[in-house]
Amino acid sequence: MVALVRPRMDAAAAATRDQTPNGGNPGIRVRDLTLRFGAQTVFENLSFEISGGEFVALLGSSGVGKSSLLKIIAGLADATAGSVIGTDGLPIPGRIAYMGQQDLLYPWLTVMQNVTLGARLRREPVDRPWAEHLLERVGLSTRQKALPAALSGGMRQRAAIARTLYERQPIVLMDEPFSALDAITRAMVQDLAAELLADRTVLLITHDPLEACRLGHHLMVLSGHPARLGEPFTVPGQPPRAPDDPAVLTSQGHLLRLLVEASR
Amino acid sequence: MTAGRTLRLGRGGRGLLIFVGLILIWWGLTLLFRVPSYMLPTPDRVAVALWNGRGYLAHNALITICEIMLGLGFGLLLGASLALAMMFSPLFQRWMMPVLVVSQAIPVFALAPLLVLWFGFGLASKVIMAMLVIFFPVTASFFDGLRRTETGWIDLAKTMRASPYAQLRHVRLVAALPAFGSGLRVAAAVAPIGAVIGEWVGSASGLGYVMLNSNARMQTDVCFAALFLLSLMAVFLWQLVDILLRRILYWVPDASHPAGRSA
Repeated sequence: MVALVRPRMDAAAAATRDQTPNGGNPGIRVRDLTLRFGAQTVFENLSFEISGGEFVALLGSSGVGKSSLLKIIAGLADATAGSVIGTDGLPIPGRIAYMGQQDLLYPWLTVMQNVTLGARLRREPVDRPWAEHLLERVGLSTRQKALPAALSGGMRQRAAIARTLYERQPIVLMDEPFSALDAITRAMVQDLAAELLADRTVLLITHDPLEACRLGHHLMVLSGHPARLGEPFTVPGQPPRAPDDPAVLTSQGHLLRLLVEASR
Repeated sequence: MTAGRTLRLGRGGRGLLIFVGLILIWWGLTLLFRVPSYMLPTPDRVAVALWNGRGYLAHNALITICEIMLGLGFGLLLGASLALAMMFSPLFQRWMMPVLVVSQAIPVFALAPLLVLWFGFGLASKVIMAMLVIFFPVTASFFDGLRRTETGWIDLAKTMRASPYAQLRHVRLVAALPAFGSGLRVAAAVAPIGAVIGEWVGSASGLGYVMLNSNARMQTDVCFAALFLLSLMAVFLWQLVDILLRRILYWVPDASHPAGRSA
């Protein structure tokens, strides 16, 4: 299996290396970020740093401002005050790949067209071998010409992962991308995402403690009104951790208790 | 079982069945109540009138078709442009929306004499009349579609560094097509009305003129022949739009028939 696809994989892997040299990915530095809507303060003076190549999971109950935070980092929304910048001192927008709450596949495009969407939007030539390689990695080689409506939820999410990776961006921002999947599919897609996103700087927003404990190098909890960040938190072992890993289970329980207490 | 068999007739077959059925009912009624032919002619008389007046009717039908198609073309253009302009400029939208609503509050019948006065007895007044009834449903539904683009799709395009033009061309416009389609369906249904009203009020040709003229001379069979051609045109136009939309909106689940695609 591997031998069959080796030539193409080597080319693709080389391409990835050129774009994102190992360990050279920039991190994210957030300083004194404040967001207010009128009189309501969503969060205030939020500061944290994600080192390059780290996978950080940010947990919080719904409505706490997680998605707003992600949109500000992505440059899709403006903060009231504060700054977001790469650890290399350069701005973040333009260097991110984004996965939203839904898979956000365009229903009128085929799987292949969806994966290569960025090229079409930027009027660049489509890198077909790269896209084919990615579709192979996510197990959708045979469904290139299918429309999203013909795919299952898990397949759609895998196509979205391929589209995210097609962008070859050093930073990946994910907003509860797997929350709509059933438990089994979710576990499988999480493994795939962890494998394919290794070395990237990832900020994953989730309200699922298990997901955070399985995938994150570090975890952060956002809670309260206005929201504050709790102490960063590390689960022992390398992600993706097994769902029955005792450390994962202990941390998951601990986190769930923290979240419930914070919501009271 | 019977339902299944009817479905298998297909759309053409069912249409034909309805057509034949209606003619038979009409025939039966005229025979049963001995309606004088100047009030309701029998279908065979209408068929004869259709054949005898074929040159005259075809000529006038062609003119009405021209009016409808031109009205549809310009109406769609105007409707789509207004929707786009309203999307780009909220200021324009705030000032334009009341004007549009008022334009629809005035009955076209009331406007028709004025339009004939301003634009003459010829094609122009009818095309404008058709345009007036067509553009509003197109503007309203297309604007709605443009406004309701899934924000996630736009956000995704933005993170991919899509220019505002690319966002419009590849996301907003395509996403608004189903809404545009429903506007187009309404437009296709009302387009013949606009043209024929224009012809009734003042013209020297067209199917509306034929109907008015033959009615005045008690040639009810010719009037019915013209009416028949007009309905035929309306049905064909509807079918044309339907086929076109199904092809463009291949990605919308069951674009026009919620009951299923087998229909």
